Amino acid sequence: MTATASVSGAAASFGTHPWVRFAARRLGRLVGSVLVLVSAAFLMIHLIPGDPVRGALGPAAAQSVVDAQRESLGLNDPLWVQYLHFLQHLFTGNLGTSITTGLPVSDVIRDRLPATLQLAVAAFVVAVLIALPLGLAMGVLTRAGRRPRAELSFTSTTVVLAAIPEFLLAVGLVYVFAVTLHWFPVAGRGSASSYVLPVLALAIGPAAVLARICRVELLAVLQTDYLRTARAKRLPAVAVYLRHALPNAVTATITLGGLLLGGMVAGTVLVENVFSWPGLGSTIVSSILAKDYPLVQGVVLVYGAGVLLVNLAVDVILAVLDPRSTIRES
Amino acid sequence: MKRTARWIAVLRTPVGAGAGVLLLAVLLLALVAPLLWSHQATAIDTEHLLEGTSAKHWLGTDNLGRDIFYRVLVASRTSILLALIATSIAVVCGLALGCAPTVLGRRGGRLATAVVNIAVAFPGLLLALFFAVVFGVGAKGAVLAIGLAGAPSFARLTQTLVAGIEKRDFVAAARIAGVGRFRMLSRHILPNIAEPLVVNATIGAGGTLLAFAGLSFLGLGVQPPAYDWGRLMGESLNSIYVHPAAALAPGVAVVIAGLAFNLFGEAVAKGFGVPVLKGSRLPQGETAPAAEVDEDAVLVVKDLHVSFPGPVTPVRGISFTIGRSEIVGVVGESGSGKSLTALAVAQLIESPGQVRAAELSFLGAPLLGRAAVRSTAAARRRLLGTSFAMVFQDPMTSLNPTMRVGAQLAEGAREHQGMSRRQAMNRAVDRLRAVRIPLPERRAHQYPHEFSGGMRQRAMIGMGLMGTPALIVADEPTTALDVTVQRQVLELLEQIRTENEVAVLLISHDITVVGQVCDRVLVMYAGRIVEDLPASELYTGARHPYTRALSAAVPDLDTPLDEPLAVISGRPVDPAHYPSGCAFAARCEFATDRCRTEDPALVSHGPAHQVACWNPQGSAAWQARYPGTESIRTGQR
Amino acid sequence: MSELRFDQVSVRFGTGSRAITAVDDVDLVVPSGQVVGLVGESGSGKSTLARAAVGLVEPSYGRILLDGVPLDHRAGKRRPLQMVFQDPYSSLDPRMTVGDTIAEAVPRTAGNRADEVARLLELVGLDAARANAYPGALSGGQRQRVAIARALAGQPDVIIADEITSALDVSVQGTVLNLVRSLQRELKLSMLFISHNLAVVRYVSDLIAVMYLGRIVEFGPADQLLTDPQHDYTRELLAAAPRRGTTSSSPYPSQRTSA
Repeated sequence: MTATASVSGAAASFGTHPWVRFAARRLGRLVGSVLVLVSAAFLMIHLIPGDPVRGALGPAAAQSVVDAQRESLGLNDPLWVQYLHFLQHLFTGNLGTSITTGLPVSDVIRDRLPATLQLAVAAFVVAVLIALPLGLAMGVLTRAGRRPRAELSFTSTTVVLAAIPEFLLAVGLVYVFAVTLHWFPVAGRGSASSYVLPVLALAIGPAAVLARICRVELLAVLQTDYLRTARAKRLPAVAVYLRHALPNAVTATITLGGLLLGGMVAGTVLVENVFSWPGLGSTIVSSILAKDYPLVQGVVLVYGAGVLLVNLAVDVILAVLDPRSTIRES
Repeated sequence: MKRTARWIAVLRTPVGAGAGVLLLAVLLLALVAPLLWSHQATAIDTEHLLEGTSAKHWLGTDNLGRDIFYRVLVASRTSILLALIATSIAVVCGLALGCAPTVLGRRGGRLATAVVNIAVAFPGLLLALFFAVVFGVGAKGAVLAIGLAGAPSFARLTQTLVAGIEKRDFVAAARIAGVGRFRMLSRHILPNIAEPLVVNATIGAGGTLLAFAGLSFLGLGVQPPAYDWGRLMGESLNSIYVHPAAALAPGVAVVIAGLAFNLFGEAVAKGFGVPVLKGSRLPQGETAPAAEVDEDAVLVVKDLHVSFPGPVTPVRGISFTIGRSEIVGVVGESGSGKSLTALAVAQLIESPGQVRAAELSFLGAPLLGRAAVRSTAAARRRLLGTSFAMVFQDPMTSLNPTMRVGAQLAEGAREHQGMSRRQAMNRAVDRLRAVRIPLPERRAHQYPHEFSGGMRQRAMIGMGLMGTPALIVADEPTTALDVTVQRQVLELLEQIRTENEVAVLLISHDITVVGQVCDRVLVMYAGRIVEDLPASELYTGARHPYTRALSAAVPDLDTPLDEPLAVISGRPVDPAHYPSGCAFAARCEFATDRCRTEDPALVSHGPAHQVACWNPQGSAAWQARYPGTESIRTGQR
Repeated sequence: MSELRFDQVSVRFGTGSRAITAVDDVDLVVPSGQVVGLVGESGSGKSTLARAAVGLVEPSYGRILLDGVPLDHRAGKRRPLQMVFQDPYSSLDPRMTVGDTIAEAVPRTAGNRADEVARLLELVGLDAARANAYPGALSGGQRQRVAIARALAGQPDVIIADEITSALDVSVQGTVLNLVRSLQRELKLSMLFISHNLAVVRYVSDLIAVMYLGRIVEFGPADQLLTDPQHDYTRELLAAAPRRGTTSSSPYPSQRTSA
């Protein structure tokens, strides 16, 4: 008892407890990523060749209008002054004003973000609910080369589904279920049924990838020495799978699943455009085409922040689930 | 060479062949379509605007009356060409970033790694949108955007591959030889990562094609009057109600082309990776009825065979008996079948492996074949769960990393002995103490990674002691341990044997370990027992040339320093091709014609000593024939 | 051949409170034309010491001298120290022929490289025609012979052999040890021979150094160290090392309880 206390006490006093080190390291990476994201979003406008305001307003706009707009965007200040202003505004939640509509960018985002969030979260939940049980079941059924035919059809189906990008899947789903069968609306966001096709279009691809990863991970775990140890204890098959195989297969799956969720956040851009979904995805495309750079900047920041948050969540979950991962990196 | 053979093997698989043909067709189409049909694709037919499918226009026409079928065919070149350019940009940038640590040295490398780490966290599409804004809307901007967006993941891949190669000793050896950075990169690193890189670039090209279609679909890629598949889709989406074929056809084209790259890459990746064991199952072996039960025997094994599809039979006809509290060692080189024997005895051979035996019984209960059906599966599992313990070679990987050690010990007792959680935990702590783990209460709540190697192996042994074991099967239990720790683990096994009357089957490649600890030694070669002798006679009374050579080949503290070590020339037998005679004949200096044609059986040579050899060494008859060849230390021919 | 001297060498990894001292103030001499066996368990720092000698890791303190001159590991210089690695499956580039691998280590001044490669291959008991083979076609023992030939190709003053037999099967181990002994005697090589196996070290070494927790705890002529060990750890190693004909039916006297 005394030994425990003194050991952990000593560790804490040096700040070398694995959890402290993990938190410090992860926080450092987050700060770095946020800095890169913010700087990239800021520099984006300055990297565009030519005058972005002239580009946005078109050649027909009067020079005085362009000058006024440049002045109001602060584009005439030195770069570092602009950067400081940008950071300052960011801290106060001020993301600038849309060139095309004149509305504050933060208002547009507040207006549009919920629709995108609903779509992404729903699709993620659906993908996980399909993929985990399916992948694990296929792993158990096809272990050690059993049922080669089931394995082949599972693998080929998931490969094909994973290779079809969201927007194509979306168009296909629209054609089958909206145009031909009239089961769901073609586009727009309204009743519950209007969510079905966009969510499916977004979820199916990642679900296929996740199910495959899940199966492969489970097969790898089934090959390990410690699973042989579990079998040598003559535990019933259910206990071997649930207690020994599942936790180890899932930790690896989460790592890769996290990347997938990040991709899903980006996938909303395409799906929203197919379904005319009033979210950030359709906003960013229309604002890029309209060269409404302040709006593009704001939406890029929101998407980037979303991805960083997802990655952070994945790392924290992993650290809790797998006690080695906090130690291993240090 | 080997590489071409593997390519042929890849193309022979159904997926590989299909994907290969598909990819070739897609590339060919991209090459010829614009030459043949660009006129049809651009001809404006004002009389047939937005028409449906007809004999004249297979997929109908667009809002200018242009034939959609031909437009889809012709669009293949733009789509694929731009995708390939973008992929090349991604690969080149990724390669440069990924190899930077090798060329730039530590500080520059760390910077490159940090950049990649941050960039790779953002999804490709988001990066592509960012670059599309910077480079402007249009084909050129989109190619650059998608290429640069793909660079981070290629950089990460390259870094991982390079790091894997740099860990290998040949890189260290080249560095010691004075090889410079650039030569290191071009001669040693790039050739060794080329294959996975090319395969991933192929798969990546499929992804790039789809991503490009996505950008064009959004209107950010190819601009009119040029068109690619994505553009065609985007333009016809609004009229999907009246004219679905126009929207679906380019989509199908994108998917087919993407799949062609994807599947071909995957097939090649699989073909160049580890081959998967496949083939028909062997027929279940016939099992003879059990013989009379030996009251004192813990384990009886008669004519044990282990086979795998191929067919390969690494264990072929092994018989032995282990008595109560006897320590029996099994010794042999890698590939001799000793570990498979241990697993087969423990009923741990997994499909597609097959085990058959005339008899395999534990404490009088049959474990295999028809006789085993009589005792129910549950009873058999309980018997094995409480009385049969296993210790594996690598204590680092044999414990579940996500479960506390105490819980791993306790679960067997809860399952088979009906203990409560608390009882089982108390027993686990008690057993950890029994295997001399200090502070067992605290250690039981730790994870395996908090244990040292020796302690993990003790915990494994403690796990076997949760019940009342009659037999411990230890498969190379000390190979992964340091000599001083090895000695402690062996001591522990001996102590348990004397205190708890437990029999031990000790598998080892190290003849000195086996000779030191065991009562009896079984020497295995090519899936057979070639000699079964008391351990005390291992160095003085061994009769089989292989046993004698094996013990002479391993130096110990008494090996004479003025003579060369004995060697066994040649290589072990390939288990797929056993010779008709004695399997050791090709490496044996005493082999006669009989050895090469007739397989010797294991026969008695005095009490508790069996040898499978036509010319057993050291016997009176043999010495009369070949006087003066007693010393086999100078085994060189 | 010449004398290799470690002068108060320490190697530390990491910084601050998490730093690990892998090699701790080591003084060791490999006399000209002699074999020093370095024995110790995994993690004792013996491989780190070897890697420091050939410049793969940087000593954080101390000097490594060859005939009294500090070693220079800059690229392009002649490398007077060569190393043979543990795992012959990892130490040969699978994409290079055996001949190219050896030729890469031959100094530019050495004249005809092909002749030199053939000479070296025959020196280690391989057919000169093997120069065109890829490592994949060779057995573990043959690969280790190639690795030894590569080390000799650099015309080294000292050879460092790091656990060169522990990845090999017992029947092959003997051939490699015999080769090392005969080459050493023939060419009068100075050699640092590293192994965890005391019996193997004894078989090839003139002098033996025992390493424990980063320090050299005992160093002396082989027969003297084995018959009259001074340090507790050396005694423990000796007790744990197998001897033939000593089947122990009686339990060992147990000394330590923790592993």
